[in-house]
Amino acid sequence: MKERILQLTGIQAFLAPWISVIKGEEVQKNVQALLKSYIYPLLSILLFIGIWHAGATYLFNKEATAKIEKARTERGEAGALEMQNCIISGDVSCQPNTLPSPAKVWDAYLSLLADHKIISAKKDAFELKVAKTNEKRIAKGQDPITYTGRPSFVDQIKTSLKTVFAGFLLAAFIAIPIGIIIGLSTTLRTSFNWLIQILKPVSPVVWLLLVFMIVKTVMSDSDMDKSFMISFISVGLCSMWATLVNTSMGVSTVDKDFVNVAKVLKLSIGQNIFKVVLPSSLPMIFTGLRITLSVAWMVLIAIELLAQSPGLGSFVWEEFQNGASDSNAKIIVAMFVIGMIGFMLDRIMMVVQKMMSFNK
Amino acid sequence: MAYLELKNVSKSYGTGKDRVEVLKDINLTIEEGEFVAIVGFTGSGKTTLINLINGLEFPDEGEVLLQGKPITGPGPDRGVVFQNYSLLPWLTVAQNIKLAIDEVYPSAPKKEKQEMIEKYVGMVHLSHAIDKLPSELSGGMRQRVSVARALAMNPKMLLMDEPLSALDALTRGTLQEEIVNIWGEDRKTCLLITNDVDEGIVMADRIIPLNPGPKATLGPNFKVDLARPRVIAEINKNDVYKHLRNEILEYLIDVGASRSGQKTAQYELPDLKPVMPGRIKWGFRKKKEKLQYF
Repeated sequence: MKERILQLTGIQAFLAPWISVIKGEEVQKNVQALLKSYIYPLLSILLFIGIWHAGATYLFNKEATAKIEKARTERGEAGALEMQNCIISGDVSCQPNTLPSPAKVWDAYLSLLADHKIISAKKDAFELKVAKTNEKRIAKGQDPITYTGRPSFVDQIKTSLKTVFAGFLLAAFIAIPIGIIIGLSTTLRTSFNWLIQILKPVSPVVWLLLVFMIVKTVMSDSDMDKSFMISFISVGLCSMWATLVNTSMGVSTVDKDFVNVAKVLKLSIGQNIFKVVLPSSLPMIFTGLRITLSVAWMVLIAIELLAQSPGLGSFVWEEFQNGASDSNAKIIVAMFVIGMIGFMLDRIMMVVQKMMSFNK
Repeated sequence: MAYLELKNVSKSYGTGKDRVEVLKDINLTIEEGEFVAIVGFTGSGKTTLINLINGLEFPDEGEVLLQGKPITGPGPDRGVVFQNYSLLPWLTVAQNIKLAIDEVYPSAPKKEKQEMIEKYVGMVHLSHAIDKLPSELSGGMRQRVSVARALAMNPKMLLMDEPLSALDALTRGTLQEEIVNIWGEDRKTCLLITNDVDEGIVMADRIIPLNPGPKATLGPNFKVDLARPRVIAEINKNDVYKHLRNEILEYLIDVGASRSGQKTAQYELPDLKPVMPGRIKWGFRKKKEKLQYF
């Protein structure tokens, strides 16, 4: 099992050259493989950072010159000199606001981590403080007091992951059963095709508004977290189409041989679905789920940004509105974090998908 | 009364211009306990014929009668061995056979079902591979599982659609023998579809050639009067065998030739000459200079 997971994730192939070089097998060939799988990707990352740095420096200089020129026209030569000194000294008040350099982004990343440590320390302290009161409150049947301070960056990531999984599960629970039912009957498939084709390309923003309209009315008197509900339902609705289409496709294109076997053995409908149709369409269903998860993650950021529900999307938007000296750098940190989490989710789904497929 | 009877059966696919008449006026009677082989070229409509009998398809004209009653669909009284095994790749050998047993004896206790599975797997000599997936088996082993699955329904009739055509000659020989032995135990009615005349002679009581389609019809009956068990190495020298084999082959070659003779059309090839590429000269071309050819 452990070996199979290593193999499916690609970790085994990733580590294989190292192991061979250390063992001394076919050194020349494996050193070449090492070059290919480690050195060249590393070089490309360095190249990327180099170009980024050069571009950021150019933009910084351009913005700085513009600022100095502006000061010169407004306040004369003395103002220009003052501005120049201010920029060189690195004072926060007069830094040009533009694309941050890689170094600044790294600093912002470290400051976000430090911020997280401070906030979680505060949280722990708070929980210690209210522990006794909470016990009494629970004994009385009241809700315990929770920490309501500013969430840290890591908390935002957790909220986003929670939302995306809730949305993903919703999508799976809606799309897979409907997909199976639609796939089994040509009549249903042709009669619902128009609906699927029309709803599939609808933008996430529109879904969000639609969900907002409904949830606002349905939950007008409940005290559940409305913004969370809205965002995860919209994520689910946006992303479920890939699974729906793939499931119905997989179910409707079961190999003709298997269909004949089911007919000749006179399988009952339940047996037919669980023993023949579902297993043979599982690979397709999981391909659909993989697409659904990546779409859900992509859409989530936009939806959080609009729905004002906590998470990475609102983090990005708040930082943009904030306009502090390191806001831009924090946005870029968020960008990389979003990308890497998306990559990880996709990898996980890929492993699950490979484990589910069978060899004929 | 004949066990299985086909009366003036015709079957066609498609509509309008694309309509292809596959079978035309097929008449066939099979008695109970008989082993009949139908031999024909690929594409002559053999699979269509067997699908009509197992109930996956229905005739356009005529009727297919099983014990005097028209066939309305697949049933457990007819076990089918498919050409490409058609095992479910996500189920083990035992689970594949269990599917068939579950349908025929839905209320049997678990232990009894397990015993039945073991019995049928043992019948095709696969007891060592009972918990393997089809992808872990060789072609011959897969076809054995397919045979066991068909037998597990305890059918009155066994339909085999080119069961051995994907196997190598040696495996084929042993499987032929095994199928005939299993048949010999309780003399089920058997219909074998094949493209191999020898296979038909070794296994069947009666051989019927299927004239190549479209509009395929059945040829004359050839009775196989050879004592069982027939071992291919021994009957190779038998005069009756040689005579019968030649007779059937000659018949098939004759009808094959007459069919292909009808189709030969003359195609007029267009009178074209290849275009020669011009020479490429770099630089500016002078005016009025013609292209030079080789």
